[in-house]
Amino acid sequence: MSASIEEILTQALQELAHAKDLNQLDQVRVNYLGKKGVFTEQMKELGKLEPEQRRTAGQVINTVKNSFQEALDARKISLEAEQLQARLASECVDVTLPGRGQTTSGLHPVTITLRRIAKIFASVGFDVVEGPEIEDDYHNFGALNIPEHHPARAMHDTFYFDPHTVLRTHTSPVQIRVMESEQPPLKVIAPGRVYRCDSDLTHTPMFHQVEGFLVDKDVSFADLKGVVFEFLRAFFEKDIQVRFRPSYFPFTEPSAEVDIECVICDGQGCRVCSHTGWLEVMGCGMIHPEVFKSVKIDHQQFSGFAFGMGVERLAMLRYGINDLRMFFENDLKFLQQFK
Amino acid sequence: MQVSEAWLRELVNPPVDTATLVAQLTMAGLEVDAVQPVAADFNGVVVAEVLSMIQHPNADKLRICQVNVGEAEPLQIVCGASNVRPGLKIPAALIGAVLPGDFKIQKSKLRGELSFGMLCSEKELGIAASSTGLMELPDDAPVGTNIRDYLSLNDNVIELGLTPNRADCLSVEGVAREVAVLNNLSFSSAATAVVAVEHQDTLAINVEASDACPVYLGRLIKGINPDAVTPLWMQERLRRCGIRSLSPVVDVTNYVLIELGQPLHAFDADKLQAPIVVRRSRQAEPLALLNDQSIELDGQAIVIADQNQALALAGVMGGKDSAVSDQTRDIFLECAFFNPISVAGKARHFGLHTDSSHRFERGVDFTLQQRAIERATQLIVEIAGGSVGPISQAVDESALPQRLAVNLRQQRIEKVLGISLDNQEITRIFQGLGMQVAQTVEGWSITPPGFRFDIAIEEDLLEEIGRIYGYNNLPSSSLLMRAALGKAPEGQLAIARLQDCLVDRGYQEAITYSFIDENMQNTIAPNDEFIRIQNPISSELAVMRTTLWGGLLNAALYNLNRQQTRVRLFEAGLKFTRVNGETQQTKMLAGLVVGHINSEQWAEKSRNVDFFDVKADVEALFALTGTAAVFEATQHPSLHPGQSAKISDSNGKAIGLLGMLHPNLEKQLGFDSPVFLFELEQEAVLERAVPKFSPLSKFPSVRRDIALLVENSVSAGAITDCIKSCNETLIREIQIFDIYSGQGVAEGYKSVALSLVLQEFTQTLTDAEIDALFKRVLDVLATELNAKLRD
Repeated sequence: MSASIEEILTQALQELAHAKDLNQLDQVRVNYLGKKGVFTEQMKELGKLEPEQRRTAGQVINTVKNSFQEALDARKISLEAEQLQARLASECVDVTLPGRGQTTSGLHPVTITLRRIAKIFASVGFDVVEGPEIEDDYHNFGALNIPEHHPARAMHDTFYFDPHTVLRTHTSPVQIRVMESEQPPLKVIAPGRVYRCDSDLTHTPMFHQVEGFLVDKDVSFADLKGVVFEFLRAFFEKDIQVRFRPSYFPFTEPSAEVDIECVICDGQGCRVCSHTGWLEVMGCGMIHPEVFKSVKIDHQQFSGFAFGMGVERLAMLRYGINDLRMFFENDLKFLQQFK
Repeated sequence: MQVSEAWLRELVNPPVDTATLVAQLTMAGLEVDAVQPVAADFNGVVVAEVLSMIQHPNADKLRICQVNVGEAEPLQIVCGASNVRPGLKIPAALIGAVLPGDFKIQKSKLRGELSFGMLCSEKELGIAASSTGLMELPDDAPVGTNIRDYLSLNDNVIELGLTPNRADCLSVEGVAREVAVLNNLSFSSAATAVVAVEHQDTLAINVEASDACPVYLGRLIKGINPDAVTPLWMQERLRRCGIRSLSPVVDVTNYVLIELGQPLHAFDADKLQAPIVVRRSRQAEPLALLNDQSIELDGQAIVIADQNQALALAGVMGGKDSAVSDQTRDIFLECAFFNPISVAGKARHFGLHTDSSHRFERGVDFTLQQRAIERATQLIVEIAGGSVGPISQAVDESALPQRLAVNLRQQRIEKVLGISLDNQEITRIFQGLGMQVAQTVEGWSITPPGFRFDIAIEEDLLEEIGRIYGYNNLPSSSLLMRAALGKAPEGQLAIARLQDCLVDRGYQEAITYSFIDENMQNTIAPNDEFIRIQNPISSELAVMRTTLWGGLLNAALYNLNRQQTRVRLFEAGLKFTRVNGETQQTKMLAGLVVGHINSEQWAEKSRNVDFFDVKADVEALFALTGTAAVFEATQHPSLHPGQSAKISDSNGKAIGLLGMLHPNLEKQLGFDSPVFLFELEQEAVLERAVPKFSPLSKFPSVRRDIALLVENSVSAGAITDCIKSCNETLIREIQIFDIYSGQGVAEGYKSVALSLVLQEFTQTLTDAEIDALFKRVLDVLATELNAKLRD
């Protein structure tokens, strides 16, 4: 035996202390506790001793081994902690840098507005129905009590394909199509594109409307007023003033235009409302008996109301957009404002 | 329709201010578009007369005038206007006057000469936008009178935007009727005395088209004074109603038009060859109109003609040849009623729109002609003298519009409007509106007057009550109706879900016009038959799109030209195609991607988007529905021949396209990097199978990877289809995870690496079973596709 067992322990403990990482530490463990390790060899040597000495020496080696094992465990915990610290430090990122990958985009403000309108009406059971955009003149005019040469046709600057085929000038033909195929009670809104042969600062040749109608027994003008009031307050999320003005549409009687208190100036008068404090937002009325006749619904038994609104106009008022033409330029700088 | 408030108030004068009056009209359905004062705000200006004038000693252009302003002594006023002269009546602003623009008149010295006021032009008084000299007043203007009183300048022009049903309000009298009933007053109509007849000459009248012209009145007025001048008050009233003064006779016909709503026409009697005929025009008959336009008539128009030629387009405009001139002494005054249906569209057909056609198309009171011709006669004689002849008339009672009584039920008023009115109020409202009212068992029987063309059914009467009672005073109720429970259809996806999916994948929604430039249409879809608009707004918006790509390409270019480098757009909308002579309108969903796959980033090298990036987006849409789409290589004239796919549904029906814009088009349209496009029929991506549960296996699955050597022409789809066709039910998943060609793979071949996941429901699979399965599959692959297992 070249060195005392205590000297071996001292040496072993020093080696533990010098181990810089878990690999080195494991090497030290193998050197002392492995199959050919120093302490293992020492244990093997015991067999050569007398039984008396063997017991005493064995106890000494065991004590030393235990001390080494304790020191080894302690060193391991410490090195693991150091290693974790080092990893954490090395894995530190700049959390202010932006994330990777695709970013979400947005819907067109017209779609956003249409969805809100549909949602408000869906909550009381209105179905959404769509119709064709190339229409025959019967559904666009005739069935709506607008005969040929009626001055009201001049109010619609119509795009024609042939004398009897047009781009629909309003979404009202959907009213006819639904009533032709279904019986009351009916609660429907019909959103979609409409077309007028007009293009300037405040007109685009294509825009969007939502037609809505309700047919049942005993529907009154008061019901119409109630629905329109509630809708406009829900849409603008504000307790705005609403007024009904007599007007004229061939397919409703009585007919009304609906004005809201100007949302730009709160009714004080500004450029947008031509200093009147009021903004025209929709037309409406009780469905004309002639319209019921053309779809063969008994007008003595049923009555109903209909309304129509311009979607771009509502979107402009809601979001403060000041130029109608922007809706169809599709400039990303415009569109991306409506996420 | 423009009316002078002062004129209106002369007929009915409610004790309300202008703002209230205007609000009343608007809320009664006669929408007021604008209210404008007829003159700017000023004071201290009186009618004055220039007594004498001398040249200013120190200024060539100035004169020193002695002006009578109605005070004891004349005032000295220095004036620079060229038309100043002794005896002239002019407006004079006195010291202390304030002119428009807060211009205060003070005693002043002009080049050393004292001036005690200012002589004024129309512009200086804010009556006209420009003027050339002093405003010249008539000789009988009373000196000293406040000019505002003399010219009735405390007046407003009320501009009404009338709906086409309210032709009755296209006159001052019509508006006055409304104002009266709204304020519970009566109105006084214009005095119309019958003018004494002084000679018996007439022109024979022959109305051939009495269906179109049930009432035709005419009379000769002889020997009018060609030098007569329209009085200032009439000129002013016409001006305020938007009509320019021309000559006394024309001014009178226009005045009666505005006052009563009846269009009249005066012919120069010397230029007529009696009899006067009202007939349908002849084919290709020429007519030179008053506005210097020469038109060629078809067989449908109604004309007033004499023995030689057509003289006027009935109800629209008179002719040039028979027009009244400043030489005219004898006139033939015409006053007729033309049925709206016979006049409708005629003016527009010739690109015309006149005060007369506007009224006749909407409906003129057919009981008014006698009164109107007497009124016009009276005014002409007052202004220009002349000897009046008897009225010749041709009336076809049977062709007149009918005015049938309409029943109004008390119970309907309550049910529709939610109000109850007593007999007295109903009678007041309808009599006030000029209707006859009789009580019935259920309510009332109401007969509309000749001037109302919009009262035919009970609903029309309900609207009248609502209007006069005030829509805002009618009750409003909360929506109460039978309601069925809502639906939640699961087999149909909402388009909103697809839109949201694309938005989440970085696509911005666009909305482009449904019509497009014909060149663009032909460029991107040269094989499609399109539909042309007859009256497009411009050539850029002339044909209906057969694909949504045109609009998206234009939108992308618009943005790329505005410093955007990366554009991802989609649109949902109709395409319009012709199939077997039928127009089809199909709902489409289309997308466009150009630029880098991601926006510029610090962490990753950016790269351009490619076919498979966009394909993943399309697949994501199909994944929402759980339906399988089939992609096959295809050829499309506007797509890259090697990067375009036809998309079909499981039944083989073509439902869309995906591909790279053809490099030639990319260059031609002005893009500088590849553009990818897709378009799908919405219907195909909205149908969805309601999920059906299938049980899970308790046994582990096994994954085996194989690499196949196939010729380059064999598509990945063909390999997976081939494996599926083996009907090996244990194969749960097939995944391609690598495609390789190059070293180790023979020229013209590629290596396709696949993983197959196998699973059995009743047991754990053994190697022997798996090997046997793979052998079967590989045999089929070898036979069908000549595929070999790569070593």
